Amino acid sequence: MRRRVRELVAFIRASAREVLRGGPEYRRWVAFLALWIALGGAAWVEQLLVGMSVTAMTDQVPWGAYIANFSYTVGLASAAVALVALSYLRGDEDARALVVVGQVVTIAALTMGMLFVVVDIGRPDRVWHFIPLLGRFNFPISLLSWDVVVLNGYLVLNFYLATYTLLARFRGREMKRLKYQPVLALGVLFAVAVHVVAAFLYCGLAARPHWHAAVLVPRVLASAFGSGPALLILVLSVLRDRMALPVSPRVLASLRVVVTAALWVNLFLFGAEAFTEFYAGSSHAAPLRYMLFGLHGHRLLVPYLWLALALNVGATAVLSTPRLFAREGLLRGACGATIVGLWIEKGMGHVVPGFIPSSLGEIVEYSPSLHETLVCAGVWAAGALLLTLMLKVAVPVEFGQLRLYPTQGGPS
Amino acid sequence: MSDPEDPALARAFERARLTRRSFLAAFGAAAAAGCADRAERSALWEAFVQQHYKRLTEDDKRVIFARLEAEVRRRHGVQVTIADPAPLRGVEFGYALNLSACVGCRRCEHACAVENNTSRDPTVRYLKVLQMESGSMDVERSRVGYQGPVPAAGHFYMPVQCQQCRDAPCVRACPVGATWTEPDGITVVDYNWCIGCRYCEAACPYFARRFNFSEPDLRPSEINPDQGYLSNRLRPVGVVEKCTFCLHRVRRGEYPACLEACPTGARKFGNLLDPASEVRQVLDHKRVYVLHEDAGTSPRFYYFFD
Repeated sequence: MRRRVRELVAFIRASAREVLRGGPEYRRWVAFLALWIALGGAAWVEQLLVGMSVTAMTDQVPWGAYIANFSYTVGLASAAVALVALSYLRGDEDARALVVVGQVVTIAALTMGMLFVVVDIGRPDRVWHFIPLLGRFNFPISLLSWDVVVLNGYLVLNFYLATYTLLARFRGREMKRLKYQPVLALGVLFAVAVHVVAAFLYCGLAARPHWHAAVLVPRVLASAFGSGPALLILVLSVLRDRMALPVSPRVLASLRVVVTAALWVNLFLFGAEAFTEFYAGSSHAAPLRYMLFGLHGHRLLVPYLWLALALNVGATAVLSTPRLFAREGLLRGACGATIVGLWIEKGMGHVVPGFIPSSLGEIVEYSPSLHETLVCAGVWAAGALLLTLMLKVAVPVEFGQLRLYPTQGGPS
Repeated sequence: MSDPEDPALARAFERARLTRRSFLAAFGAAAAAGCADRAERSALWEAFVQQHYKRLTEDDKRVIFARLEAEVRRRHGVQVTIADPAPLRGVEFGYALNLSACVGCRRCEHACAVENNTSRDPTVRYLKVLQMESGSMDVERSRVGYQGPVPAAGHFYMPVQCQQCRDAPCVRACPVGATWTEPDGITVVDYNWCIGCRYCEAACPYFARRFNFSEPDLRPSEINPDQGYLSNRLRPVGVVEKCTFCLHRVRRGEYPACLEACPTGARKFGNLLDPASEVRQVLDHKRVYVLHEDAGTSPRFYYFFD
C-alpha cells in the first residue's frame, strides 16, 4: 500500500516535470491558450456580476452559443469509443496502443461540455442542488439529470481507464485484465448513452417541432462519430509529426472510414428530414425553412448553414475519393472541414432554429454577443490546454521512456 | 418590445452601463473594506445553504421570509410582507377565456406586471396578447407587439399565459425539482432553488416562462408589498419565473389580477371541482378548446368563442 502511494506520488511528480518542460513552441502554445482562458474567464466573471444580460439570449431563444458548444463538445467524446471499437471489435493491435490517446481526447471533450453547462446556468452558485440527497436531483424524470449522470459517469470511467493504463506503464507492470476490460465495456455503454441522452435532451420536447423527431437521435450519433474521429485523426497526425508518436497508417485509415461513413449517414438523414418537412409544406417546416432560406425576411443563420452544408459535402467528397484523401494535406483539410461543418450544423445550426419561430410564433433571431464569444473561446482554450498537458504526459509514458524504473523495460 | 411604456433603447443601454459600473464599484468597495458587514454576509450564507421549499419547516420559513423582507427593506427601502398561503382542500383552479369578448386592450398584461412585481427594465411580462388574423388559428401569423386602436378590423385577440398544465413539460424538464405543480393545480417555482438552466423555457409550448437575465429593476413605488413566497415576491437575478394565477390572491378567495383588470368580462376563473363555479359553467355549457392540444400537456386553461 505504502509502495503504491509512493509510486503514485512519483507519477504525479514526473507528470508535473514533464508538463513544465518544453521547447519554445510548446511554451508559446500554452501561453496562447492561457491568454484566451484569461479573456474568457474575465468575460465570465462579468457575466456573473451583471447577469446573463451580457449574452444575446432572450426568453424566445433561451439557449445559444453555450448550449450549442455543449452539445457539440459532447459529440467529440466519441473519440475514445471509436478507438476502443477498432481495437477490440476488429482486434487491431496498433489501435489498442492508441486507445489512451482517444481517452485523453474524450476527457478533454467532456470537461469542455461540462464547463459550457456551468457558464450557461444563471446560478452557478447553486450547482450543489444537483447533488443527490444534499440537493434535489430530479432523476430519472428530467433528461438533464440523465445527462449529468452519463456525462460524469463517462468522464470518471475514461479518467480511470487512462490513469490506470498510464500508471501500469509508468510502473512497468502488466495491466490486469479484470481491472481494465470490464470498465472498458462499461465505458462503451456509457459512450452510447452519452450521445443518445444528448439527443433525447432535445427530441423529448414536444414543444419544439424541429427537435421533436426520432431522426434527431441517429443524426446526433452520426455527427458525433464524424467529429470525434476527425479530431482524433488530426491529433494523432500532429503527435506523429511533433512527438514521434508511432501511428500506423492502418489506424488512420480505419478512423477515416468511420468519419466518412458518419458523414454519409448524416447527409442522408438530413436529406430524408428535408424531404419530410418540405414535401408536405406544413408549418412544421418553419425552423428548417428559417435555417436554409430564411423566414419572413429573417435570415441571420442562412449563410452560416449553407457554409456548414458546403463543408460537410466537400469533406464527404474528399474522404470518399482515394486519389484525394491519399494526399496528407487534403485528408487533414477534410477532417478540419468535418470538424467545423459539424460544429456549425450540430451546434448553433441545431440549437437556435429549434426556437425559431417561438411557440407563440414570434421570430426573434440570435447571434452570440462579444461576452458569449469570449467565454466560448475561453472554454475551448481550456479544453485544448487540458488536452495538451495530458498528452504531454501520456505520450512519453505510453510510447516513450518515461518510467519509474527506467532500466526495467522500454516501450513494447 | 414595441410596448408603449417601454423605455427607449438608449435609456436601457445607459441603465445597463450604470448598473454594471455601480456593481463593479460596489464589488471593489466591498473587497477593499474586507467585506460587507456581518449581517449581510450571514444573509448571503443563509441564502446559499437554503434548502428546497418542500424541505422547509414552518420555523425555517419564518426565518427565511424575515430575511427576504429585510433584504427588500435594505435594498429598496420598502416594507413588504411575504406570506405563504397553503393550497385549499378540494380546490383545483381553472381558467376560461372568451375570445369573442377579448378586445386586445392588454390591460390584463399591465395589471399582471403591477401585481406580480415583474421587472420593468428590462420589461418582463408573463402574459402575451396575440393579435390573430381572422380565419387563422396559426400563431405564426399573429403579432404580439401590435400598435394602434383595438380591436382592429380583420383581427381577433388571444391572450396567452401559463396554462397550468396537468402534465407540465416544464416540471419534467427541471433537473433539480425547482418547479412543481401544487395540489390546487398551480405550477410554481422556488426562486431560491432554481439554477437558471432554462430547460423549462425550452420545454414550454406556451412561452409562459421568463428568465431574469439581469437583476429585476423596479422603483420602490412600483413594488407591490403584498407578496407570496411562491408567487410575486421579488425575484433574484438568474432564475426563472412565471404566472401563478396570482397564487397569493386566489388562495385567499380573490381573483387573479388579470381577471379583475379585464374590461369585457372575457376572463372566467374558479374551482374546477365545484360544479357551481363560473369556470365549470363555461366548461359544461360552452364549446371550449385548449391551446396546442397536440403537445399532450392537458392545460387547466380553456378558450372559447361565445
